Amino acid sequence: MSFPAETLELVQKIIKRYPKGKHKSAILPILHLAQAEWKWCSTEVMDYVAYLLSIEPVEVYEVTSFYTMFHLEPVGEHVIEYCRTGPCCLMGGVEVYDHLKKRLGIQTGETTADGKFTIKEVECLAACGWGPVFQIREKFYMQLTAEKVDQIIDELSK
Amino acid sequence: MKILTEHIDVPGIETIDVFCKHGGYQAVEKAIKKMSPDEVTEEVKKSGLRGRGGAGFPVGMKWSFLAKPEGIPRYLVCNADESEPGTFKDHYLMWKSPHTLIEGMIVSSFALGANTSYIYVRGELMYVIHILEKAIQEAYDKGYLGKNILGSGYDLDLYVQAGGGAYICGEETALLESLEGKRGNPRIKPPFPAVKGVWQCPTVVNNVESIAATSWIINHGGDAYAAIGIGRSTGTKLISASGHIRKPGVYEIPLGITVEDFIYSDEWCGGIRDGHKLKAVVAGGSSVPILSAEMILNTVNGEKRLMTYESLSDGGFVTGTMLGSGGFIVMDETTCIVHNTLTFARFYHHESCGQCSPCREGTGWMDKVIYRIEHGKGRKEDIDLLVDVAKKIEGNTICPLGDAAAWPVAAAIRHFRDEFEWHIEHPELAIQPGAVYMRPGASWA
Ligand SMILES: Cc1cc2nc3c(=O)[nH]c(=O)nc-3n(C[C@H](O)[C@H](O)[C@H](O)COP(=O)(O)O)c2cc1C
Ligand code: SF4
Ligand code: FES
Repeated sequence: MSFPAETLELVQKIIKRYPKGKHKSAILPILHLAQAEWKWCSTEVMDYVAYLLSIEPVEVYEVTSFYTMFHLEPVGEHVIEYCRTGPCCLMGGVEVYDHLKKRLGIQTGETTADGKFTIKEVECLAACGWGPVFQIREKFYMQLTAEKVDQIIDELSK
Repeated sequence: MKILTEHIDVPGIETIDVFCKHGGYQAVEKAIKKMSPDEVTEEVKKSGLRGRGGAGFPVGMKWSFLAKPEGIPRYLVCNADESEPGTFKDHYLMWKSPHTLIEGMIVSSFALGANTSYIYVRGELMYVIHILEKAIQEAYDKGYLGKNILGSGYDLDLYVQAGGGAYICGEETALLESLEGKRGNPRIKPPFPAVKGVWQCPTVVNNVESIAATSWIINHGGDAYAAIGIGRSTGTKLISASGHIRKPGVYEIPLGITVEDFIYSDEWCGGIRDGHKLKAVVAGGSSVPILSAEMILNTVNGEKRLMTYESLSDGGFVTGTMLGSGGFIVMDETTCIVHNTLTFARFYHHESCGQCSPCREGTGWMDKVIYRIEHGKGRKEDIDLLVDVAKKIEGNTICPLGDAAAWPVAAAIRHFRDEFEWHIEHPELAIQPGAVYMRPGASWA
């Protein structure tokens, strides 16, 4: 297991952001790169990150298990992270979420049989005024309605 | 009066050329070429600028606490973790106008004598991180960052750090732990970050909005900033407005306008969405006490409540609330307060780091008990149980997340106890989809 050459270069650049000997600080940025590369943080991936930073694997495990963005189980091609917090609920978030689950035929935390979609519930995404909101990778989908959800799923199913 | 968002809708403002055309980086020129670091700090002190991350601690004073031992580096870390439900102003500012923050970072780092600074952004905002990194590169290319800035001999490197999805990393010591590559467990204070911060070096942590405001203060003077606002609530504040209003969004207000104006004027929220009436407001992000319509519009003395730190907290927690981070969540009469409180309780339960038993266990209890009330399984004694658990968390934890979890529950019961009682007494009605308790005499608009 290895990053492509240009990612490895980026890793070296990231490590230089911190004082000498404090390279452990690079753990979160590198985990983000790793998850972008391999979709989820398997033990193998986490061990590789530990190896890159010359730290103990457990130092990586304790970080990934703390932060919610890291997937510790395999996920589908598109991970839909749905905001379940108050302000989004005020804007009809619960109903839209129910529609999403029905449309995909899965519950929170599950992946569709074709491996296309995983849905996860997350807390406030700092987009409350534009709710209901979900995020797929780096992209925010805002002011969601049942119709918009259908369009997005149709688009991504192609 | 707009300070941070005056040019936010100018096309191309995210590029350094357009930003400079609108007066950008003049504060860097002025501070670095014409002022000493102490003079910069002095202006910020004079401005009366208070921390915009939630606690409202004076920024200039915080800076003057920074320890300056010989030969040990100092750091400025910008808190862009923005995870408090209801708050999305920092997201908006960084996304639309990244140089507004970067310019403030340079001015502030210069004042503190920091040669390396970080902007810690919640990892979910990866697209914003890319925007910031692009803008930082532009600033390096123009010589506003890097070695010997503007020939002054002052060096500054600026980096963006991504978080991993954890509200607690907004708490400043948890943020520093996270920046060190660890779990975001808050530290016991003292020592304070000003003495032992990141990598045990003196560190200042400030919110995005606090740092961004320093450029204007340097350009126009601390006195000019202090002239805006009322009393100790000086300057402008970004308010994230969400919920049942006609125009949700981020507004920069001069501190001191009335709450009523903010909600109903077309300049701001534009009133409650069509055909509905105001029921309640959470004025400063999910952590602050919810107030009923009457209480948010007027203080207990019958005065119009103002958008200031002091006026919003008038009446203490009995009849008042807090400005907090400025996450202004508006609810109309279709809102079930129990359900809203449940989402907050679930949030804090999910986000507790688990170090302190009162917080770890208490947030779990509150979540579960409100869940059963909301789902028609509540017991008579549950309301007092919730009040009791909230009391036992408050003040008994390492960091203020415990308080932040207890207050919304305690306040919802304080001001809307009848809704909780109705859920318990009429479970068959309460579990109907969209069910909302109506007070006797109240009506749907
Ligand atoms: C649980 C918790 C979460 C917080 N989240 C944030 C946050 O997301 N952004 C922020 O600026 N401050 C947050 N704070 C406040 C910070 O601890 C700190 O006071 C602030 O960053 C200082 O900057 P300021 O003085 O400029 O406001 C949080 C505090 C607590 C207790
Ligand atoms: S109060 Fe809660 S979040 Fe804060 S340190 Fe204790 S357990 Fe962690
Ligand atoms: S509540 Fe959904 S983004 Fe804030």
